[in-house]
Amino acid sequence: MGNADDQDEANGRPWFNVEHRGRTLCLTAGGSWIVRHAAMLDAQLRAIDTEHAADVEIDGSNIDRLDSTGGWLLIRTKMAFEAAGTRVRAFAVPDLYAPLLASIEHEHVTPPVKIQEHDTLAAFLERVGWATHNVLIQAVGIVGYLGHVTLEGLEALISPRGNLRVTAIVHQIEEVGINALPIVGLLMFLIGIVLAYQGADQLKRFDLEILTINALGVGTLREIGVLFTAIIVAGRSGSAFTAQIGTMKVNEELDAMQTIGLNVVDVLILPRIIALVIALPFLTFYADVMALIGGAVMCYFDLGITIPEFVRQLHTAVTVNTFLVGLIKAPVFAYVIAMVGCYEGMNVERNAASVGKLTTRSVVEAVFLVIVLDAGFSVLFSVLGI
Amino acid sequence: MGETSEEPVIRLRGVVNRIGGRSIHDHIDLDVRRGEILAIVGGSGAGKSVLLRSIVGLMRPTEGSVEVFGRDVMHMSDAELRAVQMRWGVLFQEGALFSSQTVAENIQVPLREYTTMSQSLMNEVAAMKLSMVGLPEDTAQKRPSELSGGMRKRAGLARALALEPELVFLDEPTAGLDPISANLFDELVRGLQKSLNLTVFMVTHDLDTLKATADRVAVLVNQRLKVGTIERLRDDDDPWIKEYFSGPRGRGALGA
Ligand SMILES: Nc1ncnc2c1ncn2[C@@H]1O[C@H](COP(=O)(O)OP(=O)(O)O)[C@@H](O)[C@H]1O
Ligand SMILES: [Mg+2]
Repeated sequence: MGNADDQDEANGRPWFNVEHRGRTLCLTAGGSWIVRHAAMLDAQLRAIDTEHAADVEIDGSNIDRLDSTGGWLLIRTKMAFEAAGTRVRAFAVPDLYAPLLASIEHEHVTPPVKIQEHDTLAAFLERVGWATHNVLIQAVGIVGYLGHVTLEGLEALISPRGNLRVTAIVHQIEEVGINALPIVGLLMFLIGIVLAYQGADQLKRFDLEILTINALGVGTLREIGVLFTAIIVAGRSGSAFTAQIGTMKVNEELDAMQTIGLNVVDVLILPRIIALVIALPFLTFYADVMALIGGAVMCYFDLGITIPEFVRQLHTAVTVNTFLVGLIKAPVFAYVIAMVGCYEGMNVERNAASVGKLTTRSVVEAVFLVIVLDAGFSVLFSVLGI
Repeated sequence: MGETSEEPVIRLRGVVNRIGGRSIHDHIDLDVRRGEILAIVGGSGAGKSVLLRSIVGLMRPTEGSVEVFGRDVMHMSDAELRAVQMRWGVLFQEGALFSSQTVAENIQVPLREYTTMSQSLMNEVAAMKLSMVGLPEDTAQKRPSELSGGMRKRAGLARALALEPELVFLDEPTAGLDPISANLFDELVRGLQKSLNLTVFMVTHDLDTLKATADRVAVLVNQRLKVGTIERLRDDDDPWIKEYFSGPRGRGALGA
């Protein structure tokens, strides 16, 4: 609106004068007292000395534009005089704006709130303390939830409630297993190439390059295959669980389920956990195969080892046990990933920001727990001599 | 006041909206005059929110022209659009407060973006806006998730009013409020309109709100708008409009 700006120019900037007439202080104001000029007026008005006058007259009758921010500045100044014990003898504004000022003054009975700021050392220490406290609470919470869901799960499996939702499980298996095949396959193929290349590079120096296949086979089947698959799945499906359940929580869908008499654990959580526990071993097997293929390709091009030679050497290097040692971890990892994903989903508060925050947390926790468990398995297997 | 009083604040000409092949609006014309409260009514899914979104530039109409403050919002540079955006405020259906911020911070978002106010003045302004919309002062520190639906709407209105707009858009401001809160909201809108000389474009279903606040009513039926005062529209022979004003609720609210 060009004309409004023009008009603004014509009316000029807002101004005010402070004048002493004997013991009376006269404040005369005019121009456009609007939000755009508020920053400037604010500083100048705060600088007025409110103490050294017996009474004050505020004359705003020359103001030609006033909005509620400008009105507030006038009222605030008036209140500052009153607070300093100065009597306000007159307070005039154009009739047009009298109702606005009246409503601001009438509504605004209390002094404005202070918005607290956290920037001190004490506040920092407090945050650290709270964070530590929360981590502990979190750990206790996850363990408690693990127990709760495991019990409900066993109950659903054993009792003839018929509450196991087969359709939901099949759907989730498609989501977390079948739809993950392309990304898991590609990444594991590349990892196979990388491992074979590094192994070959080192072992060539000792003329033992054929042992590349042993290192690749054992490493992939026992550790790398299942660990990487679990990490990819934590990022892909664990986060999805948290986001899905969390969003449903924000929309009050979980509350709606409860009032209809649906058990949230049966409907949402068990299908996800069961699906992932079923899918991850298969994904791991597939990942192992893809990594070995990647390794075989690399061995062929880098070391000239043909595929039949590769297979023969692999046969001497690994046993079925090597493969099973890796595979046995898969359901455990799956259980932890799904559990953490669902638990964090249930923790979402009723706002959108919380969904994002807890989704991140769910992935970090799941990956952390998977690696810790993997280390635990290594210790266990070495004690057992497997 | 800047324009001559004849020039409308919002002018729609031949606005057509089609979403996914389905026609929502069919050549809509509308003038909203300065200082009036215009209410848009119509069945659920009639396209009231879509119309509002087309005016504030969140959606581009398939055809037609949209002018706000005499400027074509569909063909504007970003800088021009920002200049216009400073002069309107929008209250969305659910308040649309930023959930990661407190209510006070929400109100200060436009102030921070467009002015150079000091933090203490911004705090004062936030507190003043909260009291203007009738929220207790401790609301300032709260997060949107801690508020009830009605409080969220009031807080959303406070944010919409932060930059002292000349024009506010309200999408179903009283839907989901209890009758007392709804009445207070009506009074609030009327009072603010008077004291701030606002132009209000309001989508509503609520017949009481219509009666209490609207200067004129635009009914969205069959993809077209029929505009008039309540008295005029009551005599309209469109079946939906008849049912709307003369059904049991209509008679109750309008006292026919
Ligand atoms: N983003 C969108 N995509 C597809 N259809 C939409 C979209 N927004 C609105 N619609 C459709 O447009 C119609 C009008 O919607 P809306 O304006 O929200 O209705 P209301 O009058 O209740 O506010 C509805 O039928 C809705 O399905
Ligand atoms: Mg709507």
